[in-house]
Amino acid sequence: MKQVDARGLTCPKPVIEAKKALKENNCIEVLVDNQIATENLKKLAEVKQYKVNVIKESNQSFKVILSTGSSNSPVQNNVILEPNKSNTNVVVAVDTEVMGQGNQQLGESLMKSFIYALAEQDFQPTCILFYNGGAKLTVENSPVLEDLKGISERGVSILTCGACLDFYGLTERLAVGEITNMYRIVELMSTAHHVVKP
Amino acid sequence: MEKINEFGGLFICGGCNAKIGPGNLSKLLNGLPQTNDDRLLVGFDSTDDAGVIKLSDDVALIQTLDFFPTMVSDPYLFGKIAATNALSDVYAMGGKVLSAMNIVCFPEEMDINILGEILRGGSEVIQEAKALLVGGHSIHDSTPKYGLSVTGTIHPDNILTNNNCQVGDILILTKAIGVGIITTAYSVGETTDENFAEAISSMTTLNKYASEVIVKHKVSSCTDVTGFGLLGHLSEMLGENQTAYLTSRDIPVISGAYECAQELLVTAGGQRNRNFLNDKVLFKCDDFAIEELMFDPQTSGGLLISVPAEYAKKLVDELQQVDQLASVIGKVVELDTHKIIIE
Repeated sequence: MKQVDARGLTCPKPVIEAKKALKENNCIEVLVDNQIATENLKKLAEVKQYKVNVIKESNQSFKVILSTGSSNSPVQNNVILEPNKSNTNVVVAVDTEVMGQGNQQLGESLMKSFIYALAEQDFQPTCILFYNGGAKLTVENSPVLEDLKGISERGVSILTCGACLDFYGLTERLAVGEITNMYRIVELMSTAHHVVKP
Repeated sequence: MEKINEFGGLFICGGCNAKIGPGNLSKLLNGLPQTNDDRLLVGFDSTDDAGVIKLSDDVALIQTLDFFPTMVSDPYLFGKIAATNALSDVYAMGGKVLSAMNIVCFPEEMDINILGEILRGGSEVIQEAKALLVGGHSIHDSTPKYGLSVTGTIHPDNILTNNNCQVGDILILTKAIGVGIITTAYSVGETTDENFAEAISSMTTLNKYASEVIVKHKVSSCTDVTGFGLLGHLSEMLGENQTAYLTSRDIPVISGAYECAQELLVTAGGQRNRNFLNDKVLFKCDDFAIEELMFDPQTSGGLLISVPAEYAKKLVDELQQVDQLASVIGKVVELDTHKIIIE
């Protein structure tokens, strides 16, 4: 596959380089160093009806695979979460609204500072999964909502178990990220290099 | 980093596109201590770009500053655009410009004559504005940056703020949008000299003339359209219980900008604006290029005016005497499903 190194280039240069390369290739891989550039490449794909995959390797390293779809291309039209080769594929699994066992109030406060500290890290996980009691953290009035929104803006998927939201009657109140299911949770946890649990 | 491009002009890296994103900034500002003083009529607790301080019952002082990195390679034009933009905040408030001071960052190793050209462009604009150039400050920096600190005056009862739209108001825009897209496209050789010249002419047109018209009318609110794009600045103008309806075909656009937007010749700043506003805006027009134009950061853009419907016709007629592009682009209604709805 043709590779276009657009790292260090400001928008719209990554888009221009990608368009040039796509004149002669059906499928290309564009390297960029910021999230905004991936978003502009995704818009190019939308407008031109190309298939697109975005692979986030770190906050400063992204691969965007674009395919014109005119050949048997390996690219599916979705955003894949797992980097190819990776020591960076970390999934955070939150299964309760408190951190650790013991005092409830302390546990709540620890969870709040865990999410805050996570938001402050340079390194970000691929996704954060919320299930069982954890599902109470991604809904309206959650004490960690603002930090989660910040993390989400940096391109981290915030995924909450749909059955769990349903069980607690919170489906309508989901305030950040998306709903997911057990198949996806199993897939994400089993393909992760590390699963971090607070 | 490269500072001179192959044409011997300035390396292009900014304009209002260089502005720090609205989301990041408001979080920080909310954390700072507030100044409480009756003389401070407009402070930074509002989203207005300029501050206004009451000196007496008849006179208030307007203070503002703006500077940015180069968005065109010609230093003289860069100076003109940066100065035109810096003066604009005073005009958006309905004030008169009194004085200006140069703000300069310039690389030690770069040809000093380039700085001379920047300052020449700036001073021509200051003269056109009939402002007094009273000094300035310059430092060495890795890339050139230029702008002005501007002082203006206004009667304390006549201040036009940027967040006082009323339901029923008509929205008027005085300049075409798309200058960010055109300057960016031109810098990579993807648009014509004619389109670029049109954008330059727009960016170097002082909002003075439009401002002198609007102060004679009963206008509710006014702002200048800059880095946050048309939609970003419009969203700041609207009250909590208001929605703006825009008609996309009525919005003036710089020639060639629509085609450049279709070809994704768009900036990072435009995408940042889109990310910030995404859930507040509903596009019913199904036209990607129009969306991009509305998010496009405008360097030295026009005035966006909100005026009660009964005065709108007369105001537009008078504005068109000084600025042919002045157009009615929409209206303010009671809160609907989104803050801004575009048809």
